[in-house]
Amino acid sequence: MADRSSIGKTGKPFTMPIEWSKVREFARAIKDPNPIYFDPEVAKKEAGGIPVPVTFLQTSAFWQDGDSSPGMGGFDIRRILHGEQEFELLKPILVGDTLTGVSKVADIIEKEGGRGGKMTMLLMETEYTNQKGEKVAIARSTLIETGQAVKA
Amino acid sequence: MPAKLKYDSVKVGDAIPAFVVEGVTRPDFVRYAGASGDFVPLHYDQTFVEAAGIPTVFAQGMFTAGLLSKALTDFVGVGQVRRFKVRFATRVWPGDVVSCRGKVTNKTEKNGEKIVEGDLEVVNQKGEAAIKGSFAAACN
Repeated sequence: MADRSSIGKTGKPFTMPIEWSKVREFARAIKDPNPIYFDPEVAKKEAGGIPVPVTFLQTSAFWQDGDSSPGMGGFDIRRILHGEQEFELLKPILVGDTLTGVSKVADIIEKEGGRGGKMTMLLMETEYTNQKGEKVAIARSTLIETGQAVKA
Repeated sequence: MPAKLKYDSVKVGDAIPAFVVEGVTRPDFVRYAGASGDFVPLHYDQTFVEAAGIPTVFAQGMFTAGLLSKALTDFVGVGQVRRFKVRFATRVWPGDVVSCRGKVTNKTEKNGEKIVEGDLEVVNQKGEAAIKGSFAAACN
Protein backbone atom coordinates (compact mmCIF):
# COMPACT_ATOMS: atom_id res chain seq x y z
CA MET A 1 0.00 0.00 0.00
CA ALA A 2 1.34 3.39 -1.01
CA ASP A 3 1.28 6.01 1.71
CA ARG A 4 0.67 9.74 1.60
CA SER A 5 4.24 10.60 2.60
CA SER A 6 5.15 10.10 -1.10
CA ILE A 7 3.08 13.13 -2.19
CA GLY A 8 5.29 15.68 -3.94
CA LYS A 9 8.08 13.18 -4.47
CA THR A 10 9.82 13.74 -7.83
CA GLY A 11 11.50 11.06 -9.93
CA LYS A 12 14.82 11.12 -11.72
CA PRO A 13 14.49 12.81 -15.15
CA PHE A 14 14.24 10.37 -18.06
CA THR A 15 14.92 10.85 -21.78
CA MET A 16 12.44 10.16 -24.55
CA PRO A 17 13.77 10.44 -28.12
CA ILE A 18 10.92 10.90 -30.62
CA GLU A 19 11.62 8.41 -33.42
CA TRP A 20 9.73 7.95 -36.68
CA SER A 21 9.75 4.14 -36.53
CA LYS A 22 7.99 4.18 -33.15
CA VAL A 23 5.60 6.94 -34.21
CA ARG A 24 4.36 5.10 -37.31
CA GLU A 25 4.26 1.76 -35.48
CA PHE A 26 2.09 3.43 -32.83
CA ALA A 27 -0.17 5.10 -35.43
CA ARG A 28 -0.70 1.71 -37.05
CA ALA A 29 -1.49 0.10 -33.69
CA ILE A 30 -4.27 2.64 -33.03
CA LYS A 31 -5.60 2.08 -36.58
CA ASP A 32 -4.81 5.60 -37.76
CA PRO A 33 -3.71 5.60 -41.43
CA ASN A 34 -3.29 9.41 -41.57
CA PRO A 35 -0.41 10.03 -44.05
CA ILE A 36 0.97 12.71 -41.72
CA TYR A 37 2.52 9.83 -39.71
CA PHE A 38 3.69 7.79 -42.71
CA ASP A 39 4.75 10.26 -45.42
CA PRO A 40 7.50 12.73 -44.45
CA GLU A 41 6.61 15.03 -47.40
CA VAL A 42 2.97 15.32 -46.30
CA ALA A 43 4.06 15.80 -42.70
CA LYS A 44 6.55 18.50 -43.60
CA LYS A 45 3.95 20.41 -45.58
CA GLU A 46 1.17 20.11 -43.01
CA ALA A 47 3.04 20.22 -39.72
CA GLY A 48 6.69 21.13 -40.37
CA GLY A 49 7.68 17.59 -39.49
CA ILE A 50 6.21 14.26 -38.41
CA PRO A 51 4.00 14.86 -35.36
CA VAL A 52 3.10 12.34 -32.67
CA PRO A 53 -0.35 10.85 -32.03
CA VAL A 54 -2.23 12.40 -29.08
CA THR A 55 -1.57 9.51 -26.68
CA PHE A 56 1.95 8.70 -27.90
CA LEU A 57 3.68 10.03 -24.76
CA GLN A 58 2.11 7.18 -22.82
CA THR A 59 4.75 4.94 -24.37
CA SER A 60 7.40 6.62 -22.20
CA ALA A 61 5.76 5.24 -19.05
CA PHE A 62 6.93 1.75 -19.93
CA TRP A 63 10.57 2.81 -20.26
CA GLN A 64 10.75 4.58 -16.92
CA ASP A 65 12.58 2.67 -14.22
CA GLY A 66 11.87 2.75 -10.49
CA ASP A 67 14.02 5.84 -9.91
CA SER A 68 12.15 7.89 -12.52
CA SER A 69 8.70 6.70 -11.42
CA PRO A 70 8.26 7.75 -7.79
CA GLY A 71 5.38 6.48 -5.70
CA MET A 72 4.98 3.15 -7.46
CA GLY A 73 7.18 1.40 -4.93
CA GLY A 74 4.46 0.72 -2.38
CA PHE A 75 1.88 -0.45 -4.91
CA ASP A 76 0.93 -4.05 -5.66
CA ILE A 77 1.00 -4.28 -9.46
CA ARG A 78 -1.52 -7.16 -9.48
CA ARG A 79 -4.18 -4.94 -7.94
CA ILE A 80 -3.66 -1.84 -10.08
CA LEU A 81 -6.19 -0.41 -12.50
CA HIS A 82 -5.65 2.51 -14.85
CA GLY A 83 -8.49 4.84 -13.87
CA GLU A 84 -7.91 8.01 -15.86
CA GLN A 85 -5.41 9.53 -18.26
CA GLU A 86 -5.05 13.12 -19.38
CA PHE A 87 -2.66 14.84 -21.79
CA GLU A 88 -2.17 18.57 -21.98
CA LEU A 89 -0.35 19.32 -25.22
CA LEU A 90 1.30 22.74 -25.06
CA LYS A 91 3.67 22.83 -28.05
CA PRO A 92 4.22 20.67 -31.15
CA ILE A 93 6.21 17.46 -30.61
CA LEU A 94 7.94 16.27 -33.79
CA VAL A 95 10.13 13.36 -34.84
CA GLY A 96 13.74 14.30 -34.11
CA ASP A 97 12.90 15.99 -30.81
CA THR A 98 14.41 14.71 -27.59
CA LEU A 99 12.13 15.13 -24.62
CA THR A 100 13.02 15.03 -20.96
CA GLY A 101 10.30 13.83 -18.62
CA VAL A 102 10.02 14.35 -14.90
CA SER A 103 7.34 12.49 -12.96
CA LYS A 104 5.97 13.41 -9.58
CA VAL A 105 3.40 12.08 -7.18
CA ALA A 106 0.68 14.75 -7.40
CA ASP A 107 -1.65 13.17 -4.85
CA ILE A 108 -2.59 9.97 -3.06
CA ILE A 109 -6.20 9.54 -2.01
CA GLU A 110 -7.65 6.67 0.01
CA LYS A 111 -11.33 5.84 -0.12
CA GLU A 112 -13.82 3.08 0.41
CA GLY A 113 -14.52 1.45 -2.96
CA GLY A 114 -17.15 -0.93 -4.27
CA ARG A 115 -16.34 -4.43 -5.45
CA GLY A 116 -12.61 -4.29 -4.62
CA GLY A 117 -12.89 -2.98 -1.02
CA LYS A 118 -10.68 -0.09 0.07
CA MET A 119 -9.08 1.85 -2.79
CA THR A 120 -5.96 3.92 -2.98
CA MET A 121 -5.76 6.39 -5.85
CA LEU A 122 -2.35 7.55 -7.05
CA LEU A 123 -2.22 10.69 -9.17
CA MET A 124 1.00 10.92 -11.16
CA GLU A 125 1.99 13.96 -13.16
CA THR A 126 4.76 13.93 -15.77
CA GLU A 127 6.09 17.11 -17.38
CA TYR A 128 7.89 16.91 -20.73
CA THR A 129 10.42 19.48 -21.90
CA ASN A 130 12.02 19.50 -25.35
CA GLN A 131 15.67 19.99 -26.34
CA LYS A 132 15.07 23.77 -26.54
CA GLY A 133 13.93 23.86 -22.94
CA GLU A 134 10.26 24.43 -23.86
CA LYS A 135 7.61 22.70 -21.80
CA VAL A 136 5.68 20.72 -24.44
CA ALA A 137 3.28 18.47 -22.54
CA ILE A 138 1.93 17.37 -19.20
CA ALA A 139 0.57 13.85 -18.69
CA ARG A 140 -1.62 13.00 -15.71
CA SER A 141 -2.39 9.42 -14.76
CA THR A 142 -4.73 8.14 -12.11
CA LEU A 143 -3.87 4.64 -10.96
CA ILE A 144 -6.16 2.79 -8.60
CA GLU A 145 -4.98 0.09 -6.22
CA THR A 146 -7.90 -2.00 -5.03
CA GLY A 147 -8.05 -3.69 -1.64
CA GLN A 148 -8.21 -7.10 -3.28
CA ALA A 149 -7.75 -8.48 -6.79
CA VAL A 150 -10.53 -7.30 -9.08
CA LYS A 151 -12.38 -10.13 -10.84
CA ALA A 152 -13.99 -9.72 -14.23
CA MET B 1 0.28 24.24 -38.87
CA PRO B 2 -3.02 24.30 -40.80
CA ALA B 3 -6.02 23.56 -38.65
CA LYS B 4 -8.66 21.31 -40.08
CA LEU B 5 -11.50 22.85 -38.16
CA LYS B 6 -12.86 26.35 -38.79
CA TYR B 7 -13.95 27.97 -35.54
CA ASP B 8 -16.75 29.95 -37.14
CA SER B 9 -18.30 26.93 -38.85
CA VAL B 10 -18.35 24.71 -35.74
CA LYS B 11 -21.49 24.79 -33.61
CA VAL B 12 -22.08 23.64 -30.05
CA GLY B 13 -23.84 20.29 -30.38
CA ASP B 14 -21.99 19.27 -33.56
CA ALA B 15 -21.13 15.57 -33.60
CA ILE B 16 -17.62 14.23 -34.13
CA PRO B 17 -18.04 11.59 -36.85
CA ALA B 18 -17.88 8.12 -35.29
CA PHE B 19 -14.91 5.83 -35.85
CA VAL B 20 -16.25 2.29 -35.54
CA VAL B 21 -14.05 -0.79 -35.21
CA GLU B 22 -16.10 -3.87 -36.09
CA GLY B 23 -14.64 -6.34 -33.64
CA VAL B 24 -11.31 -5.70 -31.94
CA THR B 25 -8.98 -8.70 -31.90
CA ARG B 26 -6.26 -10.28 -29.75
CA PRO B 27 -3.71 -9.42 -32.47
CA ASP B 28 -4.81 -5.76 -32.09
CA PHE B 29 -3.84 -5.93 -28.39
CA VAL B 30 -0.52 -7.62 -29.21
CA ARG B 31 0.27 -4.99 -31.83
CA TYR B 32 -0.52 -2.23 -29.31
CA ALA B 33 1.65 -3.96 -26.69
CA GLY B 34 4.60 -3.89 -29.08
CA ALA B 35 4.00 -0.32 -30.21
CA SER B 36 3.48 1.10 -26.72
CA GLY B 37 5.73 -1.11 -24.62
CA ASP B 38 2.75 -2.06 -22.41
CA PHE B 39 3.49 -5.73 -21.81
CA VAL B 40 1.13 -6.22 -18.89
CA PRO B 41 0.18 -9.88 -19.52
CA LEU B 42 -3.54 -9.28 -18.88
CA HIS B 43 -3.80 -8.17 -22.52
CA TYR B 44 -2.32 -11.15 -24.38
CA ASP B 45 -1.48 -14.08 -22.07
CA GLN B 46 -4.50 -16.40 -21.83
CA THR B 47 -2.83 -18.71 -19.27
CA PHE B 48 -2.06 -15.75 -17.02
CA VAL B 49 -5.58 -14.27 -17.14
CA GLU B 50 -7.29 -17.61 -16.50
CA ALA B 51 -5.09 -18.13 -13.44
CA ALA B 52 -6.26 -14.68 -12.27
CA GLY B 53 -9.91 -15.75 -12.68
CA ILE B 54 -10.58 -13.59 -15.74
CA PRO B 55 -12.23 -15.37 -18.72
CA THR B 56 -10.03 -13.94 -21.45
CA VAL B 57 -7.57 -11.21 -22.34
CA PHE B 58 -8.91 -7.69 -22.74
CA ALA B 59 -7.77 -4.48 -24.42
CA GLN B 60 -5.25 -2.08 -22.92
CA GLY B 61 -7.25 0.99 -21.88
CA MET B 62 -4.80 3.12 -23.81
CA PHE B 63 -5.37 1.04 -26.98
CA THR B 64 -9.03 2.00 -26.87
CA ALA B 65 -8.11 5.58 -25.96
CA GLY B 66 -5.85 5.59 -29.04
CA LEU B 67 -8.77 4.61 -31.28
CA LEU B 68 -10.75 7.46 -29.72
CA SER B 69 -7.91 9.94 -30.34
CA LYS B 70 -8.00 8.96 -34.04
CA ALA B 71 -11.69 9.91 -34.24
CA LEU B 72 -10.79 13.25 -32.62
CA THR B 73 -7.80 14.11 -34.83
CA ASP B 74 -9.78 13.18 -37.96
CA PHE B 75 -12.22 15.89 -36.86
CA VAL B 76 -9.92 18.64 -35.50
CA GLY B 77 -6.64 17.85 -37.29
CA VAL B 78 -3.38 16.39 -35.98
CA GLY B 79 -1.47 18.91 -33.90
CA GLN B 80 -4.62 20.80 -32.90
CA VAL B 81 -5.48 18.88 -29.73
CA ARG B 82 -4.64 20.85 -26.59
CA ARG B 83 -6.20 18.56 -23.98
CA PHE B 84 -7.36 14.94 -24.14
CA LYS B 85 -8.76 13.27 -21.07
CA VAL B 86 -10.21 9.80 -20.66
CA ARG B 87 -11.75 7.83 -17.80
CA PHE B 88 -11.85 4.07 -18.16
CA ALA B 89 -15.23 2.51 -17.38
CA THR B 90 -15.94 -1.00 -18.63
CA ARG B 91 -13.36 -3.28 -20.26
CA VAL B 92 -13.13 -4.02 -23.99
CA TRP B 93 -13.05 -7.72 -24.93
CA PRO B 94 -12.01 -9.50 -28.15
CA GLY B 95 -14.87 -9.29 -30.66
CA ASP B 96 -16.37 -6.13 -29.19
CA VAL B 97 -17.59 -3.57 -31.69
CA VAL B 98 -16.35 -0.22 -30.44
CA SER B 99 -17.74 3.14 -31.53
CA CYS B 100 -15.54 6.16 -30.85
CA ARG B 101 -17.45 9.42 -30.97
CA GLY B 102 -18.06 12.78 -29.37
CA LYS B 103 -19.66 16.16 -29.59
CA VAL B 104 -18.81 19.82 -29.30
CA THR B 105 -20.01 21.34 -26.02
CA ASN B 106 -18.30 24.76 -25.87
CA LYS B 107 -16.41 27.39 -27.84
CA THR B 108 -14.01 29.72 -26.09
CA GLU B 109 -10.75 31.64 -26.40
CA LYS B 110 -7.71 30.77 -24.32
CA ASN B 111 -4.08 31.99 -24.53
CA GLY B 112 -4.91 33.79 -27.78
CA GLU B 113 -6.26 30.65 -29.46
CA LYS B 114 -9.79 29.84 -30.58
CA ILE B 115 -10.66 26.67 -28.72
CA VAL B 116 -13.41 24.12 -29.24
CA GLU B 117 -14.22 21.86 -26.28
CA GLY B 118 -16.27 18.72 -26.20
CA ASP B 119 -17.18 15.33 -24.76
CA LEU B 120 -15.84 12.02 -26.00
CA GLU B 121 -16.91 8.43 -25.52
CA VAL B 122 -16.26 4.89 -26.62
CA VAL B 123 -19.25 2.56 -26.44
CA ASN B 124 -19.48 -1.17 -27.10
CA GLN B 125 -22.16 -3.09 -29.00
CA LYS B 126 -24.32 -3.27 -25.85
CA GLY B 127 -24.26 0.51 -25.50
CA GLU B 128 -22.01 0.38 -22.44
CA ALA B 129 -19.38 3.10 -22.12
CA ALA B 130 -15.82 1.76 -22.20
CA ILE B 131 -14.41 5.28 -22.00
CA LYS B 132 -15.84 8.67 -21.07
CA GLY B 133 -13.68 11.61 -21.98
CA SER B 134 -13.30 15.24 -22.95
CA PHE B 135 -11.09 17.36 -25.17
CA ALA B 136 -10.00 20.85 -26.10
CA ALA B 137 -8.69 21.66 -29.59
CA ALA B 138 -7.42 24.80 -31.30
CA CYS B 139 -9.10 26.04 -34.50
CA ASN B 140 -8.44 28.50 -37.28
